[in-house]
Amino acid sequence: MSRITLSNLAHSYLANPTSDADYALKEMDHVWQDGGAYALLGASGCGKTTLLNIISGLVRPSQGRVLFGDRDVTDAATTERNIAQVFQFPVVYDTMTVRDNLAFPLRNRGMDAAYIAKRVGQIAQMIGMEDILNRKAQGLTADAKQKISLGRGMVREDVNAILFDEPLTVIDPHMKWELRTQLKDLHREFGHTMIYVTHDQTEALTFAQKVVVMHEGRVVQMGTPEELFETPAHTFVGYFIGSPGMNLLNAEISGSEALLGGVSVPLGAAYGQTTGRTQIGIRPDYVTISDQGLPVTVKRVEDVGRHRIVRAEFQGQPLNAILPEGMTIPSDPRVAFAAGKINVYANDWRVAPPENGRGA
Amino acid sequence: MEKTQNNKAWFLVLPVLVLVAFSAILPLMTVVNYAFNDTFGNNEFFWAGLDWFEDQITSDRLHDALGRQILFSLIILAIEVPLGIFIALNMPKSGFWASFCLVLMALPLLIPFNVVGTIWQIFGRVDIGLLGHTLAALGIDYNYTNDPLDAWITVVIMDVWHWTSLVALLCYAGLQSIPQAYYQAAKIDQATRWSVFRYIELPKMKGVLLIAVLLRFMDSFMIYTEPFVLTGGGPGNSTTFLSIDLAKMATGQFDLGPAAAFSIMYFLVILLISWVFYTAMTNLDREENR
Repeated sequence: MSRITLSNLAHSYLANPTSDADYALKEMDHVWQDGGAYALLGASGCGKTTLLNIISGLVRPSQGRVLFGDRDVTDAATTERNIAQVFQFPVVYDTMTVRDNLAFPLRNRGMDAAYIAKRVGQIAQMIGMEDILNRKAQGLTADAKQKISLGRGMVREDVNAILFDEPLTVIDPHMKWELRTQLKDLHREFGHTMIYVTHDQTEALTFAQKVVVMHEGRVVQMGTPEELFETPAHTFVGYFIGSPGMNLLNAEISGSEALLGGVSVPLGAAYGQTTGRTQIGIRPDYVTISDQGLPVTVKRVEDVGRHRIVRAEFQGQPLNAILPEGMTIPSDPRVAFAAGKINVYANDWRVAPPENGRGA
Repeated sequence: MEKTQNNKAWFLVLPVLVLVAFSAILPLMTVVNYAFNDTFGNNEFFWAGLDWFEDQITSDRLHDALGRQILFSLIILAIEVPLGIFIALNMPKSGFWASFCLVLMALPLLIPFNVVGTIWQIFGRVDIGLLGHTLAALGIDYNYTNDPLDAWITVVIMDVWHWTSLVALLCYAGLQSIPQAYYQAAKIDQATRWSVFRYIELPKMKGVLLIAVLLRFMDSFMIYTEPFVLTGGGPGNSTTFLSIDLAKMATGQFDLGPAAAFSIMYFLVILLISWVFYTAMTNLDREENR
């Protein structure tokens, strides 16, 4: 086990990348602390899998270094890195039994038979396959095969890290919860560094201590689920985390006020000069609908059970609000934003308020 | 849902039946006719019962040819299958060189059989052939027209040259269908090259390999043109395989009765061995799926 450092890393699948757009991963410096449970969150095609494959050595980065602890492993083959990775779709060795599948990584490392038997037993119990250990892996259902893949990923105790590439895609919803809980238990017990790739925010937020959000080949923010929710560093994070995502309204910033087409909204802190396109971001959860504040037009109301989502428009820009149970929408609806919950964005990146340097 | 029963639909099969009758069944019946009768020309036939069959089953000449045939098929299978797999494993997977190798590998398969025989017949000649002459110059006593062992080696190498491509191309197709994730998982699991072959590549190639073995067995078991052009079955009878023997009997000696009986048994033997092969290999598959 060791800290994983990505230094000055970038990757392009083209031989001679010319523009920024040719890079699947834009230049980044990133440290994965030893023993951390990370979720790597982002839309499809944002470079999550590429990043994972670079860590495991399946892909060699076109620039930069990968370090395990202090050891430079950029040119080391996957087998030398002693790393576990579980893929999106199940990979099992068809001709082997379930038991041999689970034992395979240990046998390749030359562990002794008694230890292998004990360890395979533990893993089989964890994934609930003790009773079919002697069956051929061929012909099992997709989620049984994926459980075997997960088991093979977890069977080595001495790995440097375990990487999960959307491993629960093919698994039944109820089984997902169970397996995710087991992964967390496993993390608590053995303290492996775990990186869990997903595009499902619930999965990311429930699994990880730290969530890393990627967008278009960049790491846009790393933080606790709370940080991602309260102070998204990039408009993408605001939009991607939360349901519905953060409201973004074009605004002019003038000191401690935002001007929304002539209407002034207090920001709770004085901002300096901003350049480029400026927006303010406010979570629907912090928008209250009453008969006071900014006038909005209500387009649609969605009842999601616990609360209602009000889809409204303010000056032609969409604005969503959460309406708690029991509340009604007044005939002349107006919205107010909770104090201190407004974030300011210039060209999509968050501008930190100068005096109380929260987050960012 | 109630299925519609209409036996008239069988008439739709009729055209195929007529076609097959003319192209296969009727000619085969002629052979059957010769096998059970004796004829002296003039379209006169005399019932011979199973005499020709008895005659052939007890014939030393047929036993020898059958022995040579089985030995030949086993040798070329033992060489071509592993060699084909080995070549397929080492062929480039994509890009220009992949296409180049595919074309190169396909070339021997495109050459007409008698041309293959002629190529090797000239290639092996001690006086003007590149191979024969080079061997002679190196002081190796090689002459496929005189020495039975040299003749066998030449016939086997010729067949390997001609047909290994088929096995290689089939295996290559099987290998190309393996998703990249399997190789990645094997790397993650720190599998050795041998394990990757044994547990990923071989199982995924099994289907095409079964077809390759079947095709190569059937083709080699009825091989005729190439050794006939190369050695004419000689020296002596040392490379006279079943087909060559059959042709000698039927068109050389005009022993139509024995040749017909021979043909029918020959056909049945190929059918039987192919069936055994196929059943054995598919059963193996089923056992693994248990």
